[in-house]
Amino acid sequence: MDAFQIKKTAKVYDVVIVGSGAGGGMAAYMLSKAGANVLLLEAGGFYDPADPKYITQLKWAYESPRRGAGTTRPFGDFDAAWGGWQIDGEPYTVDPGTEFHWFRSRMLGGRTNHWGRISLRFAPNDFKRKTLTGVGEDWPIGYDDIAPYYDEVDKLIGVFGSKENLPNEPDGIFLPPPKPRLHELMLKKAAKGIGIPVIPSRLSILTKPINKDRGSCFYCSQCSRGCMVYADFSASSVLVNPALKTGKVTLINNAMVREVLTDEKTGKATGVSYVNKINLQEVAVQAKVVVLAASACESARLLLNSKSSRFPQGLANSSGVIGKYLNDSTGASRGAFVPALMDRKRYNEDGVGGMHVFTPWWLDNKKLDFPRGYHIEYWGGMGMPAYGFGSGIENLNGIIPGRDGKIKPAGGYGANLKDDYRRFYGAYVGMAGRGEPVPLESNYCEIDPNTVDKYGIPVLRFHYKWSDYEVKQAKHMQDTFEEIIHSMGGIALGKKPGPENNYGLEAPGKIIHEVGTVRMGNDPQTSALNGYQQAHDVKNLFVVDAGAFPSQGDKNVTWTILACSMRTSEYIIEQVKQNNI
Amino acid sequence: MKRRETLKLISLSSLGLVGLNPQVIAAEQLAAPEVPVKAGNGRQEFEAVRDAKLKADKFFTPQELLTVTVLTDIIIPADAKSKSASEVGVPAFIEFMMKDQPAHQTPMRGGLNWLNNKSTKLFGQPFVKCSRGQQIALVDQIAYPGLAKPEMVQGVAFFNMMRNLTASGYFSSKEGVADIGYVGNKPNQWDGVPADVLKQYGLTGEE
Repeated sequence: MDAFQIKKTAKVYDVVIVGSGAGGGMAAYMLSKAGANVLLLEAGGFYDPADPKYITQLKWAYESPRRGAGTTRPFGDFDAAWGGWQIDGEPYTVDPGTEFHWFRSRMLGGRTNHWGRISLRFAPNDFKRKTLTGVGEDWPIGYDDIAPYYDEVDKLIGVFGSKENLPNEPDGIFLPPPKPRLHELMLKKAAKGIGIPVIPSRLSILTKPINKDRGSCFYCSQCSRGCMVYADFSASSVLVNPALKTGKVTLINNAMVREVLTDEKTGKATGVSYVNKINLQEVAVQAKVVVLAASACESARLLLNSKSSRFPQGLANSSGVIGKYLNDSTGASRGAFVPALMDRKRYNEDGVGGMHVFTPWWLDNKKLDFPRGYHIEYWGGMGMPAYGFGSGIENLNGIIPGRDGKIKPAGGYGANLKDDYRRFYGAYVGMAGRGEPVPLESNYCEIDPNTVDKYGIPVLRFHYKWSDYEVKQAKHMQDTFEEIIHSMGGIALGKKPGPENNYGLEAPGKIIHEVGTVRMGNDPQTSALNGYQQAHDVKNLFVVDAGAFPSQGDKNVTWTILACSMRTSEYIIEQVKQNNI
Repeated sequence: MKRRETLKLISLSSLGLVGLNPQVIAAEQLAAPEVPVKAGNGRQEFEAVRDAKLKADKFFTPQELLTVTVLTDIIIPADAKSKSASEVGVPAFIEFMMKDQPAHQTPMRGGLNWLNNKSTKLFGQPFVKCSRGQQIALVDQIAYPGLAKPEMVQGVAFFNMMRNLTASGYFSSKEGVADIGYVGNKPNQWDGVPADVLKQYGLTGEE
């Protein structure tokens, strides 16, 4: 087969969707249920966590020769993400003096397969950042526009939580939350004692069955491995599967989309061109509507690579805004040892995948020296021992009295050391802040003029630096972590991060919450999409991933991707019915 | 005696290993099959291919492996509750990690050479040839970071690495999981902290 001949398919689909994660999965679900003929293109392979071929859930560390170490998967050998910050043959570049790490999951369902299932709604104020604080940008829509879709997503997918009536953390339609684990009760008591709220977490995990297609949680704590009974949300299990069952969806895996095709005369999108990664055949497919959901940066890359004489700056980019305002959550963390938890009674406290409690943002930024908030996630407890277990004990066992009450020299070996591992098991806790950054025009991705991937597609070059806003926020996180740790009688581990390392602020991209690169807005001069995530310049082109979001709140964005994609899908159906696109 | 145990004995004696030092047996049994992680068993194809290649490769020389085996058993010996490190396959795990994450290789090989050099200077022979008393005398000089003499700091770094790898390999093994008392990784119903535990910590569950 001549790879350089482009195969043109005759069929014209109603919609082609690029990407099968939260945004693309929801669009495929909504549009196929409405009767559209959908072509769903996914750059990675097929994946179904109920198929033994793919199951890693309930495996023991010793079933991995590296005992679960993250050599080929950044979050460990059993993690469900196929991909990572580096993918062989799919490079990206970074401008000197700046930093960005781009995580990609090449698989059906994308990054929803391994995510933390943290499912928070944006609050009304999250849509009005510029108006309220003078920095950042307002959304073209508000909470009232999106609230009905949050409700529908809650019912369709399922999320547990508790009614709290917090202005910054709107309540949803919740399943019952799991009770806290022991360390979580201790954290809660300690934090509340110093005025920091701790409430049940809000995760898209079924603590009760919601339909016949999905089971309910059996408390193995391994959502990040994918769930064989579909008790957690991943786009593959919960959205793409039922979409495929409609018979209206053609799914093509290993389809790496190169560009969006357009008609020079009408300026409308006519389909996309992709590389079949297995045989390197180039294929052009036709559709009446093109929906991009390839992830914030991948969708920006696609549009920037879709240049033509009519769209010389890339498609939907007359504003020049595509790629700009890239922003990832801030992140900083601290671990602690809790002597009161030594020599614990053993019992199964796996629970759901992730934390049972968290701290929503609780302060008023007007009284602080940084403009945006953060929430705190917690971990700890008696987890499955795996690679890394007991590491660094030499930093700890010299400051904790032995069974005889005496301090002994740190490190050591033999029966005494073996006993230390037993005593210390389950006595560690940790906490991490996840905060909202201020989106800046100076943080961006663009096409690198000198580099292509192995399919010959020009790659992204990143340019990203944290501002003072984020560094000050990280400082506040570190101070807060120490207060909580001290309040619970814990010993903070390691040296407290300070100005020498930006207070432990993780590099951009490390939290994997990037948004903003194809942002929506009312003004076509400063935004690429309108409030329905429809391109200002191309009426039949939509972007339903987080690239469309002008900001990300101190919330993880997945629930908002889902709600917005559902809303956009309804809009597409309505516009098609009215012959507007 | 269960059939499986009988088979184990037969295979050991047929290899002529009965009566040897158990550490030597452990060292020579590196090629013993462990639970395989195959493609189609939660592995991506490139991972399965890579794992198979790594398992076929060898990193440690027999002498190095013996030294590693002796050290892991000094770090985690058998006690009343559970077996020693080498008895649960820790040396084989360390061998695999050297190939899986090659950044470990130079610190490990260099550390072993450092150890043998020191032991030759002190006792006139490589570490594994030394008496138990001599081995412990040397380990005592590198096992306590806060007490070690300045000329021993490289040995301290090596021993820290060895201690951490040994703990990883030991407690993630089937026997290590049983020892540490992790009882999860199976379907369960979670209904909160058990009442006796709440009481022990002076909590109500409604904090």
